[in-house]
Order: sequence, then structure tokens, then C-alpha cells
Amino acid sequence: MENGNAAVSMRNITKTFGQGVIANKDVNLDIRKGEILSLLGENGSGKTTLMNMLSGIYYPDSGEIFIDSKPVSIRSPKDAYDLGIGMVHQHFKLVDVLSAVQNIVLGLPGKLDLKGAREKIKEICDKYGFDVDPDKKIYNMSVSEKQTVEIVKVLYRGADILILDEPTAVLTPQETQKLFDVMRNMKKDGKALVIITHKLNEVQEISDKVAVLRQGEYIGTLITKDTNPQEMTDMMVGHKVELNIERPTPLEAPKRRIKVEGLNVINEEGIQKLKDVSFEIYSGEIFGIAGISGCGQKELLEAIAGLQKVESGSIKYIDDDGTEKELIGMDPLKIKELGVALSFVPEDRLGMGLVGNMDISDNMMLRSFRDGHGVFTDRKTPHKKAEGIVNVLHVDTPGIETPVRRLSGGNVQKVLVGREISQKPKVLMTAYVVRGLDINSSYTIYELINMEKVNGTAVIFVGEDLDVLLQISDKVMVLCDGQVNGILDGRKATKSEVGLRMTSLTKEDAD
Amino acid sequence: MIKKNKEPLFHLVKRDTLPRHIRILIRLGAIVLALILCAALTAFFTGINPIQVYGSIISGAFGSARKTWITLQDLSVLLLISLALTPAFMMRFWNIGGEGQVLIGGLATAACMICLEGKVPSAVIMILSFITAVLAGAFWGFIPAFCKSKWNTNETLMTLMMNYIATQIVSFFIIVWEVPKGSGKIGIINQNSHDGWMPALFGSKYMLCITVSIIVMVFLYIYLKYSKHGYEIQVVGESENTARYVGIKVGKVIIRTMLLSGALCGLAGMLLVGSINHTITTTIAGGQGFTAVLVSWMAKFNPFTMVLSAFLIIFMKRGAGEIATNFGLNQSFADILTGIILFFIIGCEFFINYKIKRSERHDEKGGSEC
Repeated sequence: MENGNAAVSMRNITKTFGQGVIANKDVNLDIRKGEILSLLGENGSGKTTLMNMLSGIYYPDSGEIFIDSKPVSIRSPKDAYDLGIGMVHQHFKLVDVLSAVQNIVLGLPGKLDLKGAREKIKEICDKYGFDVDPDKKIYNMSVSEKQTVEIVKVLYRGADILILDEPTAVLTPQETQKLFDVMRNMKKDGKALVIITHKLNEVQEISDKVAVLRQGEYIGTLITKDTNPQEMTDMMVGHKVELNIERPTPLEAPKRRIKVEGLNVINEEGIQKLKDVSFEIYSGEIFGIAGISGCGQKELLEAIAGLQKVESGSIKYIDDDGTEKELIGMDPLKIKELGVALSFVPEDRLGMGLVGNMDISDNMMLRSFRDGHGVFTDRKTPHKKAEGIVNVLHVDTPGIETPVRRLSGGNVQKVLVGREISQKPKVLMTAYVVRGLDINSSYTIYELINMEKVNGTAVIFVGEDLDVLLQISDKVMVLCDGQVNGILDGRKATKSEVGLRMTSLTKEDAD
Repeated sequence: MIKKNKEPLFHLVKRDTLPRHIRILIRLGAIVLALILCAALTAFFTGINPIQVYGSIISGAFGSARKTWITLQDLSVLLLISLALTPAFMMRFWNIGGEGQVLIGGLATAACMICLEGKVPSAVIMILSFITAVLAGAFWGFIPAFCKSKWNTNETLMTLMMNYIATQIVSFFIIVWEVPKGSGKIGIINQNSHDGWMPALFGSKYMLCITVSIIVMVFLYIYLKYSKHGYEIQVVGESENTARYVGIKVGKVIIRTMLLSGALCGLAGMLLVGSINHTITTTIAGGQGFTAVLVSWMAKFNPFTMVLSAFLIIFMKRGAGEIATNFGLNQSFADILTGIILFFIIGCEFFINYKIKRSERHDEKGGSEC
């Protein structure tokens, strides 16, 4: 475009990790003032790496970066700050025990002037419409508040170029709207903004332009208002993708499979995470669970899986022949020995579902290592299973001997979901199964889950994207503050209804 | 705004896993470089011909058949203790209590030898020594493991403290059993009867230790790599959450693994007392419980490579004594040389994991990028 100077120009940027992995190859990108640019691309397409080179975390192997048309060299986050570049990372970098203002001034040179800092923070907040309590400790903050602190921190340091790495992944729809308002204010103020996101509706809503990366290469830039989700997806993936989630009917008539009654859970800190939760799940059904993050979803799934101590209540597994088995008080091994085929895709993939330093084959063994003869593990079966999953799910990996932590997010998830499904579960629990995954991988996962449902598995689907949740689920249970705030029919429920129930208890369920 | 146009001259790039032979070459290169630096320092500070010093080190370790045997025996003891610590380390349980576990195993052996002399046949003493030493070591490993699994205590501090307790218990019994009274030491146990002295194997008194450590090495390799227990140890070490998720009882694995670790240390203690020294002192483990930590780490917990790292330490230690006497240098000089070599060996891992790239200077292309 002829008007508006490029605040940042990246030219022929290449970055490799090791010999095989090319994160970015000859990428050209312009970021302009007073403009919001969406950076779009599948997992592992090099979006975050590219932005990390702007913020001084990585140094490019080759290529040049210009700020206001002058070549620069960004060797550290400090250099980036000096150049007016600030990045809000996906994983917040805040000190939990410090307050907002302490975190914001942390590491700045000069005398510590908290009073002056508070005033300056207030100024920034008023200017852009933030809402932050400077003296609140980070550990008392919600995810959205923490994110606000991160953004204020960046602005406080005088950033004119802001990079937000998947800022909406952790926010509720309402919080996202608030963030977008702030972003629009910053844009009006002449800041250059880059947002990395996987959600196409957000891209359309917030950005002026969309830059697409595919496998580390720059594909092109689109004007947002002239494009549509289908075009963006095709460009990102490189071929046509079907953007519909089906809601197939199961092969056999549904049977009652899980019955939860009066479940109460108090966590280690003594906070009641689940209060009197009761529901039933049938085979051949996808049971969606909606709720703001931290509303008891994790505790609920872990209670069913035998990983969470339960105060009171019952969780019964009902076999095909109608016998009921109580799962409370069992650990995962006992549940397995009871003959309950329960699979669980936890939220924390590399911290719980998989072992990052082990290869794909060894990770398959997590579920089957006890099956070997005598004292020895059986290594051949998992090896074959790993090969199968890599082939069928198109896991992009140098080989099955590669440690899974080296794989991109989508591929890690394919390995985990593939393993859990290969156990032929009767009950499949998934938590935020597509979080951080690109469109293509997400739809692969949805298809897998639907296939399980068709074959008669009872699926518990904890999700955050309400559009998806309502499209895929047969029933949607809304959790609000650890309580069941309505179980809705997935075919009829609307997004606003679910959104409302997520944030406030409806009258008949209150007190 | 500040404009910077200086490119760093070098920057680091993470490497893929290098082929095996290149990794070995880099490590050998590091040792050669270390030896050259050591030689230069020796010549500079002492004026002694470094080639002679090296010759002396080699003859100290392998100068005669007896010296060679002792080197091999020392090697096997250090190897055994390093192997003993390895399962715990793989589990990320920082057992630095090898010293105490060895001592307590040695004490059990000494107790059998002293208390049962003449009362039962020597073979029975040996068997009882073996059993009690292994049990004592296992018990010494069990305590911190139990506390860790029950109350999540810090195992590093606890195993370390247990070393001092072991030392104190040993010094207590030394006074109880001292010969002659008032000397504060025990002297050679059963000097005349040789009751409970471990037998020579294959016609050599040195072979017992060597054989035991080879058996343990092979056993541990298989145990850690192919058994269900070994797999559980790895999973617990990598992530306790994952372990719980697949139904592994973390506390049970910690206790079981520390029982094994402690038992093997106890076995080393038995060999030190029953086969090598035939006496017990508070320093009989000689700091090997700590050296073993280094040996195990340098070998990346691989039982077979541990032979090499243990060898390096023992070789330098044996050589050190020799150069101290031959050239009138004190023992510390040999420690300096050992330190330099270790520094190079550990430091070269950096070059295995990273490569240093020179930035290419971009010629000013000029022209206006719009």
C-alpha cells in the first residue's frame, strides 16, 4: 500500500533449528502503523518463531529486519524494547507473588518509583480502556487480568509495535470482546499490532490484513474484508478443507454408560471445585461441557479418571449388561482392572498425557507396558501401534524415534488422541482437545471423535469454542463455579444462552 | 529511538542429534585438547617435562601386574557404586547418600565378621555378610524414599544427612570393637582365621569385585532398558503426573527403586570390607559415593559407558599418587589435572548440542525498500 509507513519490515528471514527443522524460510512481512495484522498459519508453520525473532528471543540465521526503514539487529528482548517492540506471549511471564505494578516495573532501570508507576499505569489504562488493579497480586488474578497486566507492561515500556501470541485462547467470549475493544483503541492511537490466532471469526472481526504462513514460508497477505474463512483456510493448508462438523447418529441405540450423582470435590487448597454435580452420559453420545476455564472441568474429568480425591457423591460406570461399577476410590490402574475401558485426553498434553522426552513408540507403551510377558515390557506392539498412528493420522515427524516434545502442538495431540482411541474405549474424555491446534488438525480430531461416537463410545467433550461445542455435542452441560448450570440440547441451544449460563448461575439452580 | 546496526559476530544454533561417531570424535578431541592444556600447564608451573608426567601417570595405573589389578579393582568398586545410584537418578531422585549406604553395608559386613568369628563356618559368615549388607544398604535407602513418598520431603538433603548419621554409627562401633582397646581403630578383622573374608575368584583376590560389578552392570542395563520396572522408573522421572495418569503408583516406585539403589550400595560396602580392606573405618567409602554421582551423570546413566567415565576417574587417581611421589609434586596437582580433563569432557557436550555460526555480513544492498 502506498500510504502508511511500514513500522516493521522483515526481509528474507530464515531460521532453522538443527539441521532438519526449518522454522522460517525467506519470510517477508510488513507491519504497518495504525493497522492490525493477523498472522495465520497451521501449527508449526513458524508464526511464533517469526515473532520471537522480532522480540529478541531468537536471532535469525539470515535475513534483515527494518524498523522505520532502517536496518536493525535485535539480539535480546531489551533490544526489542528499545526499538519499541513488545510481545505478549502465549504463556505469561509474570512473577506470581508480586503485584501488577511490581511486575510492570520489574527489570526497568532507574529508581524504583511505584507511585509514579501507578500513575503512569492509570494513564495507560484510561487511554486504552483497560481495567487493572495495580496492587493486586498476580496469583489472585484471573487469566484475563494477567493478560491485561502483560499488555500494560508492554505499553509501559513504550512499545509502538505490539505482538499478541494467541491472546484469545484462554479468554471467554466476553473477555475477548473487551480485549478487541482495547486493541481497536491502540490501533486508533497509531500502534502497529500483530495478533496470532487460529480462530477465523476473530481474524475477520479484528484485523485489517491477514498474513498467511505455511510450513515456515510466507504465502501471502490478504485484505481481511475482501476474503472469507474458506479462502484463508485453503491458503493456510494448501488445499481445500471441508469446514463443517457433522453430528452423525450412532450405529446402536444409546445405553446409559456413566452416572454421576451429587459429586463434591475440594482441592488441595481447600477450595470447593465441584458442588453437587449430577448428570448421566449415554453411549453413542457426545456430552459437551462448557464453562469458563477453571470452573471445575479439570476436577470433574480427573475425578472420573480416578486422579482426583472426591469428598462425596458417586460415579458409576454402567456395563453393557447393566451392572453398575462404582469408580470413586479407584486409581486409574484399578479402574482398568475393573474392565472399564476409559480413555482420557487431558488438558496438559506433555505434562500428563505424554512424556515429552520419550519417543512416539515409548509413549504408546504408557498404556500397554504392563501387557508384556513376565517382568519385561513388550516393545513390538507399541512400535507397530506408533507406526500405525503416524501413518493413519499423518503425524508429521522425522520418525517414531523422535521425542514427542520436538513435534508441533497438532502432531503431539494426534499422537495422544490416537493412542487413547486405539484403546477401544467405552468412555472417552477429552479436555480442550483442539486448543492451540490449527484448523486442519482440529477437523481431523473432530472427525476422530465423531467416529468414536458412531461406534458407540460415550464421549465427554470439554471445550472452549462455543461454536464448535454446539456443533459437535448432543448435549451441553454448562458448569458455573463448580455447579451444573443447566444441561442443554446441543441441537437447540444458542451460543448466547450458553455464554450467559457460563458466567452467572440461573435462578432455579442458585443457592 | 536507538538504532543498532551491529550484528553479533557469532550466534548459537541448536543442532540435531549428531551421528554417533562424530559425537565420539568430539569427546575424544576434548580429551586430547585437555591433555595438551594439562601438559602446557605442567611445563609452565613445574618445569617438568609433561611427557614424563603422563608416562608416570600411566605407570602409576598400569606399571605392574599388581598395579593393574588394583586399578581394575578400584574401577569396579567405583563402577558398582555409580551403577547403584543410577536407577535413582533416572527417577530424578537425587540420591547423594551413596556414601552412607556403602558405609552402613560395610558396617553390617564387619559386624558379621567380628561377632560370628569362630562360631559358624566362614562360608556362613560370608552369606550372612552378603544378606545383612544388602539389607542394611536397602534400609538406608528406604528411609529417605519413604519420607519422600509419604511427606514429599527433599531427598537431596535427607540422603546427605543420612551420610553423617552413617558415619557416626560407624565411629560408635569402631570404639565398641576397637583392637587393641584405646587405639580408636579396628585393624584387620580376623587376621589369623580369615573368617568371613570373601573368597578369591578365578584364582585372583581381585576378581570378585570385578565379576560382581560386571554382573550388576549387565543386570542394570537390562533392568532399566527392558523391564516394566525400568519403564516405570523412566516415566516417574520424567513426569509424576503422567505416571499417576497411567496408574503407576509413584510412591511405590520411589521406594522400590531406592531399595534397589541402597541394596547395591550396601553390596559395594560388603566388598570394600569383606574382600578388599578387611577392616572398617569411617572413610572406607573414600568419597566414592559422591564421585559416583559424577560418574553416573557423565555416562548419561548408561551402565556400559559408565565403565569409561569411572575408568577416567580411577586412572587419574591412581596416576596422581605416582606423580606425587616421583616428582615431589603434591596430590593437589593431580587433582588440578583431573579437574581440567573433566571440565573439557563436560564442556564438549555444549558443542555436541549446539553449533556456533558466524553471521554472514550482508553487503549493503542499497536501494529503497518501499
